[in-house]
Amino acid sequence: MIYLIDGSLEGLLCAVYEWFERKPGKVLLKLEHYHQPDAFSKVFAVHNDSKKADRVWKGLQKKLDKAWMRRFYCTFLAELPEAYGYLFEFACYIFSSGPGAEGNYGNAYVLHVAQTAKKVEREKHRMEAFIRFQHAADGIFYCGIDPDFNVLPLIMSHFKHRYADQQWVIYDLKRHYGLFYNLERVEEIYLEPEAERRLQKPCTEIQAEKEPLYAVLWKDYFKSTNITARKNTKLHVQHVPKRYWKYLTEKISI
Amino acid sequence: MSERIREKLNILADAAKYDVSCSSSGGTRKNDNKGLGDSHASGICHTYTEDGRCVSLLKILLTNHCIFDCAFCVSRKSNDIERAAFTVEEVVSLTINFYRRNFIEGLFLSSGIFKNADFTMERLLRVVKKLRLEERFNGYIHLKTIPGASEELIREAGLYADRMSINLEMPTESGLKLLAPEKNHEEVKKPLAVVQRQLIQLKDEKKLFKSTPTFVPAGQSTQMVIGATPETDKDIMHTAAAFYKDFSLKRVYYSGYIPISNDNRLPVLGSQPPLIRENRLYQTDWLMRFYGFHVNELLNEANPHLDIDIDPKLSWALRNLQYFPVDINVAAYKMILRIPGIGVSSAKKIVQARKFGKLRIDQLKKIGVAYNRAKHFITCADTPYQLKDYQGTQIKTFILAESQSKYLKHDVQQLILF
Ligand code: SF4
Repeated sequence: MIYLIDGSLEGLLCAVYEWFERKPGKVLLKLEHYHQPDAFSKVFAVHNDSKKADRVWKGLQKKLDKAWMRRFYCTFLAELPEAYGYLFEFACYIFSSGPGAEGNYGNAYVLHVAQTAKKVEREKHRMEAFIRFQHAADGIFYCGIDPDFNVLPLIMSHFKHRYADQQWVIYDLKRHYGLFYNLERVEEIYLEPEAERRLQKPCTEIQAEKEPLYAVLWKDYFKSTNITARKNTKLHVQHVPKRYWKYLTEKISI
Repeated sequence: MSERIREKLNILADAAKYDVSCSSSGGTRKNDNKGLGDSHASGICHTYTEDGRCVSLLKILLTNHCIFDCAFCVSRKSNDIERAAFTVEEVVSLTINFYRRNFIEGLFLSSGIFKNADFTMERLLRVVKKLRLEERFNGYIHLKTIPGASEELIREAGLYADRMSINLEMPTESGLKLLAPEKNHEEVKKPLAVVQRQLIQLKDEKKLFKSTPTFVPAGQSTQMVIGATPETDKDIMHTAAAFYKDFSLKRVYYSGYIPISNDNRLPVLGSQPPLIRENRLYQTDWLMRFYGFHVNELLNEANPHLDIDIDPKLSWALRNLQYFPVDINVAAYKMILRIPGIGVSSAKKIVQARKFGKLRIDQLKKIGVAYNRAKHFITCADTPYQLKDYQGTQIKTFILAESQSKYLKHDVQQLILF
């Protein structure tokens, strides 16, 4: 039996609801988007219903502590096709077991969720580290990113607390949406392709006057802190994987 | 103008880089004044140097002018180098502007001693006060205490800094005397004691009054230079253990000496810094702080040196085979922590998971146990029956052979596994 979902959290939770309604045995969760119909498998398209989703979420909250709810959400944000399946099986397992089942790392789905969440948390942490704002002429601090996972919802509060007295934009160029903090609250924003292009850095068109100086000072600083006698490129790349270099002022040559 | 500031930054960052402390964690300064920044319980490394060290703070000296002549220090009076000094405003503006762009978690400010200790300390204090009071900056600040500065200044600085530290420089008094005749460990202990007393006093007051000011919330640390003087690993770690205990330090840092002068009291220029030894010292430090080991178990009269080829936990296990094999499914958490190949997080997972049934080899592997290492020290649900009772040296050979094939492609320096 195949359950088709649309890729939203709501859809995923509804799939869990439907399974407990119908108990159809083993099901395979697939994204509508990728699904190729064939003549042999039975398909059930999960209909989104916020009430049902809500009940499942609240049910999970009763069985899982905050840390586990966060793992669940992080795994969802991984946007990995197979992760929807893990979450589905995990939720079914939790609902069908007694208290504390999430501690059973011997269970494949428990472990999958824990491990996927860890990967997402790692990228969240890396984004908090590797984002480099450019101060633009309009007074706003800008940054464009393209993380593997959808981490904007996770990093929002960090940047809001940290930069409470400056306006900033963090834009996910891959998912085409971003966050804008206007000194009051954070809003979701969507940019035109032209504006998106300007977020690829370094962008001289939008920069404030002092911007090149601080970029140079930071690069200088990065160079000065290096101790040549201890050079260890392998370790360096392990900490700062190359795919992130394009974010990093100290790695961009101008 | 901008050329001069570049020059100063190059000189004063270069001179500060030998201080290895990079932690920006343990401060919990909330941004509730709608100002700039906050500090987290866990810090953030914003980038890594090409030698693989974390960069989280703008680490600079206020000046590299110094009236002293410590042989191991680039800023020493007799060294023929370019000198520079930042103004208070320059340090503040650099910090704020780097912070706003998310380059750093905060400031690490140290200084050579110009004029005298109090004159220098007073300048450092002005920087932190300006940052906190005028710029409403809540990011992390690590301030170096200037040896010999007055108690007043040290106590006031503690109201604004997240961490304070003062370097022991050399692990023993005799080592220090040899290279820095003007310095002694007593001078380091004094400010450490001042801060510690204040911490304890304010903690007591906090129980009575809610509005007690925060004081060095991320605690104190110190640093020792390793390999410049002939101390054994035992000397080093026993000193560290004593300082942890006496001054409740948050961290002790070990900095492998990098030859920077032709002084014949020191290793010759161009000799490699003792990186593996440094790594082993950190591992030992870790075992003391997070794995419940007493320093004497790891280093004692019979074993004054750490092994270079294997980590200190494995080395302890091989010397203490009488405690093994440990049954994963029944042993106490504390004992599981002592098994080579099992770290804190796998140990915790094991203790949780075994409530659901006896754990098997494949489950241990999935939990993250380095099984090929751990297998010599454990039994679990499906441990194959073993006839042979291996000697420590044999086990060591097996493990080395296995890790060599595994790490053949990698840098040896990266062996940080427990
Ligand atoms: S007092 Fe400090 S800065 Fe001056 S030479 Fe000695 S270690 Fe260097």
